[in-house]
Amino acid sequence: MSSTDTVRHPIAAQSTRTVTTAGARMTALARAELALLGRNRATMFTALVLPAMLTFAMSSAVKEMELEDTGLSVGTVLLPGALGYSLLFAVYSTLVGVFVVRREELVLKRLRTGELRDTEILAGASLPAVAIGLAQCVVLAVGCTLALDIPAPRAGWLALAGILLGVVMSCALAATTAAFTRSAEGAQISVMPLMLVSMAGSGMVVPLDVMPERIASVCELLPLTPVIGLIRDGWTGGASAGETFGQLAVVMAWTIISVFAVQRRFRWEPRR
Amino acid sequence: MTDDDYVIEAEDLRRTYAGGFEAVTGITFRAARGEIFALLGTNGAGKTSTVELLEGLARPDGGSVRVLGHDPYRERAAVRPRIGVMLQEGGFPAELTVAETTRMWAGCTSGARPVGEALETVGLTRRSDVRVKQLSGGEKRRLDLALALLGRPEVLFLDEPTTGLDAEGRRETWELVRTLRDAGTTVLLTTHYLEEAEGLADRLAIMHEGRIAAEGRVDEVVAAQPSHISFELPEGFLAGDLPPLAPLGIRSHETVGRTIRLRTFELQRAATGLLLWAQEQRVELRGLGVRSASLEEAFLHIAKDQETTR
Repeated sequence: MSSTDTVRHPIAAQSTRTVTTAGARMTALARAELALLGRNRATMFTALVLPAMLTFAMSSAVKEMELEDTGLSVGTVLLPGALGYSLLFAVYSTLVGVFVVRREELVLKRLRTGELRDTEILAGASLPAVAIGLAQCVVLAVGCTLALDIPAPRAGWLALAGILLGVVMSCALAATTAAFTRSAEGAQISVMPLMLVSMAGSGMVVPLDVMPERIASVCELLPLTPVIGLIRDGWTGGASAGETFGQLAVVMAWTIISVFAVQRRFRWEPRR
Repeated sequence: MTDDDYVIEAEDLRRTYAGGFEAVTGITFRAARGEIFALLGTNGAGKTSTVELLEGLARPDGGSVRVLGHDPYRERAAVRPRIGVMLQEGGFPAELTVAETTRMWAGCTSGARPVGEALETVGLTRRSDVRVKQLSGGEKRRLDLALALLGRPEVLFLDEPTTGLDAEGRRETWELVRTLRDAGTTVLLTTHYLEEAEGLADRLAIMHEGRIAAEGRVDEVVAAQPSHISFELPEGFLAGDLPPLAPLGIRSHETVGRTIRLRTFELQRAATGLLLWAQEQRVELRGLGVRSASLEEAFLHIAKDQETTR
């Protein structure tokens, strides 16, 4: 940076300019986040390998289950669970890490000085994890279908709605969790409650149909339960309009509560 | 100068943090188009808290800010594309390269200059493919500056731009800031380096404990401060033996041991009177020191003054 350089490249202020669009800004941010994700081996392992591994590990347990009275098969228990793992590991847990680390690196604060709006920052940074999660859902669904000889979904749109709403809710829940997480180390603990509760109570491993009714009625209200339910109903086709409406209401409610929490509580700078 | 020529206007600006700490307690100042305005102050004086309000990062708890005629917080979409911001600390992902970081920022900046050109301006061309975590502190500051300049901003906010730079890097940054000013950019910078404010700023405000203690052109701020004369009282003399001080333009005096300290706004008259007296008395004034007012003097005086009046 010599003075002659600056004379050769005068950096006069310009008052007329083409203004960036929200889409272009988020794409630029998402591209950088994708590169960063690819460079983080631990996150890549959690996001790409764990869901498939856990699905495989779960398959032997599911085969032991007594499913005769429920109208479910090994395939229709395992497949929604697999997609649930994808939402939890590839989307939710990855994004909690992204939000917390970027905050600690002061990246979020820096981004807020620019033209990106707050929502664009969170959405743009979420895009790579969302894309990975969706691609993984497709791969796992196809994999399960082939391996377990599952018939084609009877009400595909229910499954699609479940996946899409599940992805959006996972992003919102990740931002909420990040709001209550102080550090990158803390993020490894703070993701646990949702992950464990979902695995135990959202029908990912044990379908709600085989649970005692009292417990099942509480578990219906957990965030991931309606998502798993919608996906399962998509494949079995066995859902009443009332059931579906209830599931949509629960997943929307969690999403709205999370967005509200993020608006109120999300921190853009580390605590000092 | 009409009101339109002021691109930054702060009026009775206040900022209170959760817990009740008042970081900015009602400050008013204006920066004109094409000038370098420095906020000078010790750490904790409220400089960064003020700049964050000007940048629209936070909402003021009282008073108003206008940047380029808009409220930078509420009308951010109108302001952001026209300003450039350099924070006190970088805030770049450690694992991205310099070029990737710049490309990302360019994608979020209206009218961004080409990445290569932006890096050349700050001398980082050869470091393009290096990850940010491997940059030195000075290189990170220069990357930050490159990003702040990407959109050819009309107003540039620089929060301690040369902290962590070596003498050479500091000089180059000053050179660049002057070039920008000459090209019409308004620059608001914070600094705790006196020579930076003195050498670079067209006008400055000295902040202390959330207030502006002095404001104006450097020479005006300095002129508001007294000059100093100090010497040892010659043996056999008492302070009362000195000539009457007021007629010499001396405002105040203090005695510490045998050292006399005088303060005056008319240094030449006071010093001449004193030296003539010494010649008449045939005494030598040992430890004679004559110091005209300086920005440092003003700065220290302000800090000390407010401590004693608290």
